Amino acid sequence: MKVSVKWLRELAGADLPVERLAHVLTMGGLEVEEVAPAAAAFERIVVGHVLGVAPHPNADKLRVAEVDAGTGERLQIVCGAPNVAQGQKVPCALVGAKMPGFEIRQAKLRGVESNGMLCSARELGMSDDHSGLLVLPDDAPVGQDIREYLDLDDTVLTLKLTPNRGDCLSMFGIARDLAALTGGAATLPEAAPVAVTIADRREVRISAPAACGHYFGRVIRGLDPKAATPAWMTRRLERAGLRPRSPLVDITNYVMLERGQPLHAFDNAKLAGTIDVRMAKPGEELKLLTEQWAEYIPNLLLITDGSGPVALGGVMGGFESMVTDSTTEVFFEAAWFAPEAIQGRAKALQLTSDAAYRFERGVDFAGTRAALERATELTLAICGGQAGPVSEAHGTLPARNPARVRPARVRALLGYDVADDFMAQAFARLRCQVQGESGAFLVTPPSWRFDLAIEEDFVEEVARVHGYEHVPAVSPRSSLPMLAAQEGARSRFDLKRAAAALGYQEVINYSFVSSLWEADFAGNAVAVRLANPIASTMDVMRSTLLGGLVSAVKSNLNRGEERARLFEVGRCFLGEGPEPHEQPERLAGITYGTRLPEQWADKTPAADFYDAKGDLEAIAGPVKPEFRRASHPAFHPGRCARVWVGEREVGVVGELHPRLQQKYELPLAPVIFELDCDVLLAGRAPKFEGVSRMPVVRRDLAVVVAEEVSAGAILEAIRGAVPACVREVEVFDQYRGKGVENGRKSLAFRIVMQDTARTLTDAEVEEIMQSIRHLLVEKYKALPRT
Amino acid sequence: MHPTDTIVSDAQAAFDAVATVADLEQAKSRFLGKSGALTELLKGLGKLSAEERPKAGAAINEAKVRVEELLAARRDAILAAELDQRLAAESVDVTLPGRRQAGGGLHPISRAQERIEKLFASMGFAAADGPEIENDFYNFTALRMFPDHPSRSMQDTFYVADSDKVLRTHTSPVQIRHMQSHQPPIRIICPGRVYRVDHDATHSPMFHQIEGLWVDEGVSLADLKGTLTQFFRAFFERDDINVRFRPSYFPFVEPGVEIDMEWERKDGEVKYLEIGGAGVVHPDVLRNGNIDPERYSGFAFGMGLDRLAMLKYGVNDLRLFFDSDLKFLRQFR
Repeated sequence: MKVSVKWLRELAGADLPVERLAHVLTMGGLEVEEVAPAAAAFERIVVGHVLGVAPHPNADKLRVAEVDAGTGERLQIVCGAPNVAQGQKVPCALVGAKMPGFEIRQAKLRGVESNGMLCSARELGMSDDHSGLLVLPDDAPVGQDIREYLDLDDTVLTLKLTPNRGDCLSMFGIARDLAALTGGAATLPEAAPVAVTIADRREVRISAPAACGHYFGRVIRGLDPKAATPAWMTRRLERAGLRPRSPLVDITNYVMLERGQPLHAFDNAKLAGTIDVRMAKPGEELKLLTEQWAEYIPNLLLITDGSGPVALGGVMGGFESMVTDSTTEVFFEAAWFAPEAIQGRAKALQLTSDAAYRFERGVDFAGTRAALERATELTLAICGGQAGPVSEAHGTLPARNPARVRPARVRALLGYDVADDFMAQAFARLRCQVQGESGAFLVTPPSWRFDLAIEEDFVEEVARVHGYEHVPAVSPRSSLPMLAAQEGARSRFDLKRAAAALGYQEVINYSFVSSLWEADFAGNAVAVRLANPIASTMDVMRSTLLGGLVSAVKSNLNRGEERARLFEVGRCFLGEGPEPHEQPERLAGITYGTRLPEQWADKTPAADFYDAKGDLEAIAGPVKPEFRRASHPAFHPGRCARVWVGEREVGVVGELHPRLQQKYELPLAPVIFELDCDVLLAGRAPKFEGVSRMPVVRRDLAVVVAEEVSAGAILEAIRGAVPACVREVEVFDQYRGKGVENGRKSLAFRIVMQDTARTLTDAEVEEIMQSIRHLLVEKYKALPRT
Repeated sequence: MHPTDTIVSDAQAAFDAVATVADLEQAKSRFLGKSGALTELLKGLGKLSAEERPKAGAAINEAKVRVEELLAARRDAILAAELDQRLAAESVDVTLPGRRQAGGGLHPISRAQERIEKLFASMGFAAADGPEIENDFYNFTALRMFPDHPSRSMQDTFYVADSDKVLRTHTSPVQIRHMQSHQPPIRIICPGRVYRVDHDATHSPMFHQIEGLWVDEGVSLADLKGTLTQFFRAFFERDDINVRFRPSYFPFVEPGVEIDMEWERKDGEVKYLEIGGAGVVHPDVLRNGNIDPERYSGFAFGMGLDRLAMLKYGVNDLRLFFDSDLKFLRQFR
């Protein structure tokens, strides 16, 4: 909301300096976002009368004007504005005028002498309008200082109001709150009932009493269609950011700005029969004054006459019944609509409405009739005419119930001492009704406050009037139970540090991605879609972190990096699953380029599957995952494994599919892993199992098996078959080539044995080795390596 | 000169003349070998008379001991020289780079988050987490942001298609969920990603919030101010930061405040920076969390985690956080 300081001071009866005023408002909860002068700081610009205009002899786009600026001589001024015309009154900067950043001098423009400058609104710092000269009314007195004439020594405050303060959506509302904060007294221009001089009236009826608390209407006839809005009103509207239109519309807007009560002006000649306030029926529609069509939505309030809908109640008037340049009789509507009856309607119909904005937040229902009288008074003064009697109908007005406010509770919630007397004073300043009860106040809020109902609301009012700067900063006291901490559990930061220690840099990508990524990296056709994405490339929620990482690698390559190791921790969003919108948190890492950074001594190969797998295992720490060959849309079919912990699949690791490598223009294939975080966070508490002092025996076993037999399968088979004294079975070599026939490979295993109680005999060791050899022959047709 | 003296001096000369252990062994045999000079002398003892023999024998033995000492000394000297030579040959350029993985690092927002969690943990706040796709109740209604109410338009919301779910617009839903499953005293901090339909130089459609909640008997606005003052001083490592409250409106707190933090002092004037929203938890919100508002009260606050990180590290453009640029991210290792 834009607020003219001059107007505000007039209503608030306070003469605070602008800076202080802005501070008091801000600290009172009416945040002043911007303080701007109404016009630039200039001097010596006066009202000029354009006596004649001639073409410039040397320039097509310039004209030579003869101007009377009240200096006693005819000034020749070269002017570039397209709209300059004989007879106009315009702002004229005299020689010596100080403009922002420069001074007007006598000069020759393309060979023609110029003794001043005719100005646009932008040159005066009043607005951004630079389309032409600021044309003034014909009666503007020649030679008068333009600051005085246009009342430019004013400041405009831009207020950022919170949605609970509908009572401050008017000049008087702000003045009233300012008075409460400073202890002053705001006064509203009186709106005494005007003399009724004609009998014309239009009947009104409320068929939706819950939505419309009351409705006042009045006919005024005999309006002068040539009447113009007076300059003072235009100025106030413009300073509030409203565009002046026609006297009747300007009057309704002016009264709304002054008092916060939206009004509507119908062309009375275009209405028929009784006005009825009722809910819309399916199929009803209305062409609005913006020429948009409002279609039926449920719970939509209509103003209707004998012919059907003529306005959307509390939102906007209809096109057919709106006032025009030829209107000579008006029907003014001043009504109170319940916030719940208006909330969301304008948005649903995609309308912007100052009226709805106010009704949604609550309008003072005690001021409705006075607003109608004020509008009548202004109309008679500006447009002439005769006023008829007020017709009225009544529905249900909101109740104002007293709240019980306990001073002790106020002090407890604020955490410092405020005297009971001050509380009573604060409520009085806010024009609440206060009754004393033992140990409590009974406080009834005024008709304009829609945000005061419970005790806590009044706690805030006490603090607000008292000043939040008085709230002390207290070091809190409390019982301090120690936080629970599970042994072995790891935090997200432990995981992140583990990844960072392996050379991975954390990135944060958007959770919304392109549906194309979902298809490419997750084969996901049922991605969680957004109804209102910010861009078509961010239309679905990701079900995997892979796309973001691949894209991040690519963008870093474009920035000149040669290798990249990146990771991200974030939620993924699954469209299908046991619960709708399951949102597992995952950790994913990507390695692109050499295993190690380029180094002077070693040639380091490009990272491959086993690098990613090893890093995954290192990050998993105490959790020991298993790897099962699997297919995945994002990965090379022969270089991909699903990761399992116990009976649960927890992730995937693999080399990017060559198709995607090509599609995303990566010269090398990155290797990637992705894991659910919860299994990693759980960790494992260590448990002591005893230390054996007995000698350790190591035996190696090399066998030749078919290509398709996996090392993991053999390891699992051996581990499942050997006695407890076998401590460790691991692969230490894989070999293909000379000595091993095509289609087969040699695998070498390290088998470590140790008994807890005694030394193993050679015979026992040999027996175990023999049983393993047997097993491998039987199960995998393994041949001994020779 | 006595023959044994000659032999000793010959041996010394011979040993000194060689440079390797192998040559030394060769030289040794000339004196101590089977037909070495001393061995020959010993063989000649038998030709001497019984009186002469002990004296001559002793002289020969003495010479033998002497030669062996010379031999050992020379061997040690040669070995020491050989070792020196080898070590000299094996020396490396210690200024060449070591062999290692390039260091990784945490994102600056993670760094800030970890630090904030630790600071609040020291005051007994546990970190809590919740879903990012939320339902209407937790994101809005439980927080008194009722359907169609203008307070909902304070936050432009992403909606999930064909459902009543939203992307959470704040981390406040975590507070409701936590209250429903815990009784006071409650002290939690809720960091996480949040989403709003807003995209320009200073707004990102995804950003991070950190919210805090303290519910116990007798918790007040003054406690909130004290807690935040301590936090800002600890986080920014400056003891001259004060906090100012301004009345504001968030439907889930009453009284509600904007948090302004003292940031700059120029020409004696203090500049305040709006850093978040806070207030005393609304009694309806406590009730929605199954907590009795007559017995307990609480405060809640919310701040932009990205904003705190920007201020802490002097980052001037929010968009850098979400650009995955290694040149930017490396600076936070």
